[in-house]
Amino acid sequence: MAFKIEKKTKLKIGIPTASLPDIIFQLLIFFMVSTVLREFTGLKVSLPEASKIEKLPTKRHVTTIWVDRFNNIVDDDVTVKQLTELRTIVYNKLAADPQLIVSLRVDKDADMGIISDIQQELRKANALRINYSALPTH
Amino acid sequence: MALKRRRDRGELEIPTASLPDIVFQLLIFFLVTTTIDVDKGLDLVLPPPDTQEIKINPKNITNLLINDAGQILIDEEVVSVGDVDNIIRDKLLENDKLIVSVKTARKTKYDTYIKVLDQLKRAGATRISIAEPEGS
Repeated sequence: MAFKIEKKTKLKIGIPTASLPDIIFQLLIFFMVSTVLREFTGLKVSLPEASKIEKLPTKRHVTTIWVDRFNNIVDDDVTVKQLTELRTIVYNKLAADPQLIVSLRVDKDADMGIISDIQQELRKANALRINYSALPTH
Repeated sequence: MALKRRRDRGELEIPTASLPDIVFQLLIFFLVTTTIDVDKGLDLVLPPPDTQEIKINPKNITNLLINDAGQILIDEEVVSVGDVDNIIRDKLLENDKLIVSVKTARKTKYDTYIKVLDQLKRAGATRISIAEPEGS
């Protein structure tokens, strides 16, 4: 009998969970701060549509070239005034990152002439992996 | 009786045990709803510069020409954009070494070019050659 009474007054054992939200918030804030979303404004383009599109394998090894319908060319944050400049810009980027993929965000009303000229420049810069940005077809 | 009841209640506390769950739910909600827009598009590998032209058996080449007006010519036949898919697929069944040579005019719309390239990808053509546009 005496033994049973003693058992009733047992200690409450528990892991303190009051600080758990703080830990998770810290994790959340850490990832929010350390995540870098590199974005360039580029040019305003309306992309063409395609069905067999693939995701770019990475976002890190990508340089984006915008071409709008007025044949303006922008590479990441640099406005390309003369096409020959593009070769040096891309060449330097490729030297810094050999896995570079060139993403072409071209307006659907652009002419093939300028695209071809850009491709020739890219070939000369040895940047051979390209990706024509497109929107999925509805 | 009243005295006894008060003693039973013990310390008053807001239960915090479920707070991590709430925070986790918030975290998961934002993880799921956040869409970092990924670039999607058609992949292509350009030929290296100064490559010597390789002689290819003319049997293994299909010429695909697109003119300024967006009209498509496959091996001397005018076709519409939607048919490129099936024509090339048939040709690939006959000859799996087939290279599709796409040639555009300088004034061809980029949109048409992408549509044709998309059709070629859909037909499963992996050997695509981009020829320099004609005229200036």
